[in-house]
Amino acid sequence: MVMGDLVREVDVAVVGGGPGGYTAAFRCAELGLETVVVDAAKRLGGACLFEGCIPSKALLHVAAVLGEAERAKEFGVDFGEPRVSLDPLRKWKSERVIGKLARGLAGVAKAKNVDVVAGRAVFEDSRRLRVEGDEPQVVVFKHAIIATGSAPSPLPGLTLESDRIMDSTAALEVPDIPDRLLVVGGGYIGLELGQVYAALGSKVTLVEMTEGLLPGVDRDLVQPLARRCEKLFANIRLQTKVTGLRETSGGVEVQLGDETLLFDRVLVAVGRRAQTQGLGLETTRVRANERGIIGVDDRCRTDDQRIYAVGDVTGEPMLAHRAMRQGRIAAEAIAGRPVAFDNVAVPAVVFTDPEIAWCGLTEAEAQRTSRPVKVAKFQWAASGRAATLGRSDGLTKVLAHPDSGRIVGVGIVGPGAGELIAEAALAIEAALTAEDLAATIHTHPTLSETLMEAAEHLLH
Amino acid sequence: MTAMARDFRLPDLGEGLTEAEIVKVLVHEGEDVREDAPLLEVETDKAQVELPSPMAGRVEKVHVHAGQTVKVGQVLVSFGEASATPGTKTAPTDGRARSAAPPAAARQTQPSVAAVRVTEARVTEGPVPATPATRRLARELGVDLHTVAGSGSGGRVTDDDVRAAASRAKQPAAVSPRAPAVPERHEVVRPPVERSPAKPLAAIGLQAPPLPNFEQWGPIERQPLSHLRRTIAERMTLSATVIPHVTHFDKADITDLDGLIRRNLEVARAQGVTLTLTSFLMKAAALALKAHPQFNASLDPAAGELIVKRYCHLGVAVAAERGLIVPVIRDGDRKSLLEIQRELGALAQRVREGKATLDDLKGGTFTITNIGALGGTGAIPIINYPEVAILGVARAREEAVVREGQIVPRLLLPLSLTFDHRVADGADGARFAADIVRRLEHPDQLLLEL
Repeated sequence: MVMGDLVREVDVAVVGGGPGGYTAAFRCAELGLETVVVDAAKRLGGACLFEGCIPSKALLHVAAVLGEAERAKEFGVDFGEPRVSLDPLRKWKSERVIGKLARGLAGVAKAKNVDVVAGRAVFEDSRRLRVEGDEPQVVVFKHAIIATGSAPSPLPGLTLESDRIMDSTAALEVPDIPDRLLVVGGGYIGLELGQVYAALGSKVTLVEMTEGLLPGVDRDLVQPLARRCEKLFANIRLQTKVTGLRETSGGVEVQLGDETLLFDRVLVAVGRRAQTQGLGLETTRVRANERGIIGVDDRCRTDDQRIYAVGDVTGEPMLAHRAMRQGRIAAEAIAGRPVAFDNVAVPAVVFTDPEIAWCGLTEAEAQRTSRPVKVAKFQWAASGRAATLGRSDGLTKVLAHPDSGRIVGVGIVGPGAGELIAEAALAIEAALTAEDLAATIHTHPTLSETLMEAAEHLLH
Repeated sequence: MTAMARDFRLPDLGEGLTEAEIVKVLVHEGEDVREDAPLLEVETDKAQVELPSPMAGRVEKVHVHAGQTVKVGQVLVSFGEASATPGTKTAPTDGRARSAAPPAAARQTQPSVAAVRVTEARVTEGPVPATPATRRLARELGVDLHTVAGSGSGGRVTDDDVRAAASRAKQPAAVSPRAPAVPERHEVVRPPVERSPAKPLAAIGLQAPPLPNFEQWGPIERQPLSHLRRTIAERMTLSATVIPHVTHFDKADITDLDGLIRRNLEVARAQGVTLTLTSFLMKAAALALKAHPQFNASLDPAAGELIVKRYCHLGVAVAAERGLIVPVIRDGDRKSLLEIQRELGALAQRVREGKATLDDLKGGTFTITNIGALGGTGAIPIINYPEVAILGVARAREEAVVREGQIVPRLLLPLSLTFDHRVADGADGARFAADIVRRLEHPDQLLLEL
């Protein structure tokens, strides 16, 4: 510490202002703890709000509108060819969506008396943080919560400094609508952004290293999405690796196996990695593994008694809603409450067209681990609501324990799956049985009936 | 099919308990037992419990003996096949099945299908079916959900299940249903049923709010509680929380009793006994309890019944160096004053020397606490759960008493009777206290009841 440095003492220092960080900070403040958030960008929201969940969903909404307009021709409504103007689109996304939400979070922080400090936080030991940047200071804390999140992983072994090579953060800025776009990675980020660009007019080629899209997700859920992507995308290449990248005057030459193809832009979406480098963790007892993931107990506490960690830095699944729950747990644990992250189900959603959502045990995992389950599938072809939407390609699947009838997993594919999965998460978390779900009156005609119908099948 | 040894281990007892003492082994090797049959009686810091068999089968090996202390996870009993056909030797079939005890090694033994089923009901692995709010409640009450059998649909553990488990774990041995030692004294008598059927009382849930952060006002030090201190804290919290206490005050004129004690000191000493007021207090209380049996009882709120005990075991609070301990004198109503006094002396000494056995401390039906030696004019003790009443005694003092217009010095003993208002009302308490007072004031009448 240098003489003259500003030193402040707080109960809790939260490092990182994403969903995990701000949820933890707000809860700490509610529990009467003096709390400061150190964020590199001096703003609350993190990757979720500025370069992840929120902007991608805004763009996917645009894609969905375009898709619906196209589908309307089926029932005799023709809007003509859509014209997309990028400036108003970007302005809407950044001001009306992100800006509004960011101002909201800043307002909450102010109301709860949570101070947000701009700068990069580096631990000096288990009691103090050095903040480097615009507002240099030393923060002495009783407890700290690490919530520095994750960043897009680069393509291993292939580095090419070029504007044409984008990660998800850059792609969400929509610099232009490239004529030919290569998406590397068939996971949820590649599929979501691939669909956005395809809807905006790009000819999208998607390459995936493994033998199918969305590795790990049940194949019957992926199938309707795969069919949709086959229509939307110019080309899908599975079991294919990018082996070379070279920028030319006309674009990027990409080596795919023994073929060389030219693209205007390349989107690299091969996963995310925890951001724990440079945090000074070596001065504390916090332990991170070789991938930078911090180990925590069920109260989100690290190996250092004073330091907690929440969100993507604690590993998979790297999802904002898991981070928020962890943030709450960490705050309450610090306040001395008897809490534990004992959630049974972390729902996951792929916001593509159609959406895929799942929660709890998947069928593939049940098979892999030889867990006995009873499975019921309800095809949306038999759903009245799906028919009125012109979307009969969906599927709702419920997994239950064969003896107790307890619901242990749900998978849904179809429009609105991301909203429908909430009921499934509640059912699993509350240990409801198929009978409970089947005996609950669901509104008719809605897609939510498909859960009731699938549950009913399990009773027979 | 080859017989496979199946091990029964000490289950997680909840409340952070890690070990228990084997009180009694109820089965012997070679015996065929059915599922849920009692296997062992174990005693923890909190309670004496019977461990039922999680499976049906033949007891192949009993690994423990009475008096042994065992840890959670330790193998207690190994089973072979049930009713094995003659000649089917239930020997271990593979090397990993039968190491003496290390739980980690033994855990690899795959239980049979029957055991798996019960395992789910009793000690399950993985998430226990319960809502998040119920799980939070369990954490607050210190209940390990894995040990609670759920009553909800699909085996879901409900809030009521958790509360019941919490109060069961805190219930001392005296009221836990156990194998009767003297059967005729333990038979449960139910009155001829004309009354309405018994129903459980409504449960109440209480939780303390989190403590403030005291460091904000100055430095603090955290001192872990001793084992006994923690037990006392838990028992007192339980009693004060669960039992609505009410206290009745009275004074007994023990001038005559004091004279009687002084006159007989030598007689008693000749028999090796130091006569004190306490033995008379116990005798008076024991006789009064016979006339007021609702104070010699325990309330069973879950059943909606009063359990009246047809025996009279008196607890006497003793301030040991480590903390409060309440040894029990059995059958106080049937013993002579000298017998009571002699037993009390020996018992108090064992307690102070830390040599009291668990049997010395169990089975009380009523408690007397005499703080007279330390002065004071009165105290309101907390009932020794799950008893119904406790008698507090302060120091006897000479006071100026008006008798037939004359002021005379008399020796007065302040008494307080604290009792469970769920079981008895103020008038009942007053009558019971007056009965004790009457016996203390007229020690000669004690003769008539001997």
